[in-house]
Amino acid sequence: MKFLLQRLAFYVFTAWAALTINFFIPRLIPGDPVTSLINKFQGQMSTEAINSLYVLFGLDKNASLWSQYVDYWGQVFHGDLGLSFTFFPTPVADILKQSLPWTIALVGITTFASFMIGTSLGVIAGWRRGSIMDGLLPVTTFLSSIPYFWLGLLAITLLAGPNSFFPSSGGYEPGLVPGWTGSFIGSAIQHSLLPALTILISSVSGWILTMRNMMVTVASEDYITVAHAKGLSERRVMVSYAARNALLPNVSGFALSLGFIVGGTLLVEIVFSYPGIGYNLFQAVGAKDYPLMQGVFLVITLSVLVANLLADVAYLLLDPRTRKEG
Amino acid sequence: MSAPTSTITAVTPEGPEVPSNPAAPAKRRRLRFIANPKAATGLVVLAFFCLIAIIGPWVAPYDPSARSSDLIQPPSGKHWFGTTHLGQDIFSQVLVGTRGVMFVGLLAGLVATALSILIGVSAGFLGGAADDGLSALSNVFLVIPALPLIIIVASTIPSAGDLMVALVIGFTSWAWGARVLRAQTLSLRRRDYVEAARATGESTWRLITFEIMPNLTAIIASGFVGTVIFAVMSEITLAFIGISTISEWNWGTILFWAQSQQALAQGAWWWFVPAGLAIAVLGTALSLINFGIDEFVSPRLRSSGHTKVKTKDGHSVRMRVGFTPVLSSSREPVTPVVQRRAEEEVA
Repeated sequence: MKFLLQRLAFYVFTAWAALTINFFIPRLIPGDPVTSLINKFQGQMSTEAINSLYVLFGLDKNASLWSQYVDYWGQVFHGDLGLSFTFFPTPVADILKQSLPWTIALVGITTFASFMIGTSLGVIAGWRRGSIMDGLLPVTTFLSSIPYFWLGLLAITLLAGPNSFFPSSGGYEPGLVPGWTGSFIGSAIQHSLLPALTILISSVSGWILTMRNMMVTVASEDYITVAHAKGLSERRVMVSYAARNALLPNVSGFALSLGFIVGGTLLVEIVFSYPGIGYNLFQAVGAKDYPLMQGVFLVITLSVLVANLLADVAYLLLDPRTRKEG
Repeated sequence: MSAPTSTITAVTPEGPEVPSNPAAPAKRRRLRFIANPKAATGLVVLAFFCLIAIIGPWVAPYDPSARSSDLIQPPSGKHWFGTTHLGQDIFSQVLVGTRGVMFVGLLAGLVATALSILIGVSAGFLGGAADDGLSALSNVFLVIPALPLIIIVASTIPSAGDLMVALVIGFTSWAWGARVLRAQTLSLRRRDYVEAARATGESTWRLITFEIMPNLTAIIASGFVGTVIFAVMSEITLAFIGISTISEWNWGTILFWAQSQQALAQGAWWWFVPAGLAIAVLGTALSLINFGIDEFVSPRLRSSGHTKVKTKDGHSVRMRVGFTPVLSSSREPVTPVVQRRAEEEVA
């Protein structure tokens, strides 16, 4: 319990740090891109909306930095992230609410699947060191060195086309209305197959490699020799003795590298025009839509923090030592 | 954008032995690193890209931005990698673009490595409140997704050139290295040789640079290589989504134009394949160097060639670390130890 509380405190601290970074970045922009955007949309915005942008981007030069900071926090807690200019006049929070489920479904499931598949393959590769599996390592290294987005481009060229089963862009068939209907879910799955495959192929090798190396290290421990000496089956020694112990560092590694992975997978959304957060970020960058950019950064960071917390809970369940009282 | 590939987390290099002839073993040790086929391959490929980065702009057959009338031509003798929608030569663009990629990768790697040494080693060595503060700082930077942060910072800077991009990447991606270095420094700082140096009245500064740092070389090197991989990927990503200036050529810029001009729809595979392959090959080379460093430090990780041993009577046994197989093939009966000892006493 103490472990979990410590982690929780750390995540709260990190969330505070991320929000503070988010507060300072726009204040360091030389010039005033947001003011010019506001001027461009003059007359179409309510005073309230302009006001919230003033608070978020520190355009009110008369207020002290501290009072700006306090106002900023008040606004973020109300879920007010300003208006998006790309999708004028939709508030940023609404856009993110719409696209977040897509990203969580695609990136969440594929990252988890890639971790599971990579870890299982790594268990076998590490256990049978020197077998064909080791020959596969350079191949997977090459695959993981390919940028996600480029693999996506390649997948579109090779597999998607007008007559192909795989659609090349979008999250669902244009005519369908999002909802819990069979045809919509089927279409959504069909559209997510290719992006998911892309993420899977390029992210799986990292897990294979770390798990293999952990297995090789664990395989020389005394308890493995004892397990062999007891005459336990090969399979049992591999899974319940070696893999179980080798898994722990991999799980904590998983938590730490989530930030890297999520960053990369957002690009896949861009290539496939998948209606998630990553695609929003791309649109925002193209249009210099700072409110949307900031909102995307905030949501991604908070999601990664939640995912980290889940990984910690998993670690707690896997490692009995952290459960010890005292 | 994968996780850092190095897995060195808890290596415990011993203090340097004192050889009778200092020059020869040192040389052999260095050669051993190069003799590792993975490291050797990686170094050769990396050297090749460095060479291209230096001479690329001079040997490029065309000006990468110059337009011509050969619009969207597939590869031919005249244009090795084909041409773009404006008739620009893609081979020249790849050659010229190498310099920006290598420059940003290496500079960001240097900045991040310097920061990670500064923060990681001082956190590990000083301990106490300084350690708590610095580790919290690096954990925060580790958990915050780096790429979106880089994208936002880079897009708020007007006309982000190569130098700016390199600095932004360097200042946001030092955390992993700092974490690993801190862990290793913690395990080193109470070693006998460090205590001995401390007892002779060495200053803290000298302890860190001359006693601790040499034993961190492998970790620093692999951290550097890992950061370069990440920096190259991030830089290309920035160019690809159109944040850094598109007037400077790099591989990401080529992909940016290929994407925005619908190269895919036109079937112009030559437009994005060469740049992507170059990225993948460079990334693989750097990863291979990192595997070489890992295996150099921890020989157990090597993929050993002959683990299967065939015994005379046709059984095959697989050798494994920590597990000695019993071969049941010995022809002559095993002499019991007690009996042999008895025979020796008689003799």
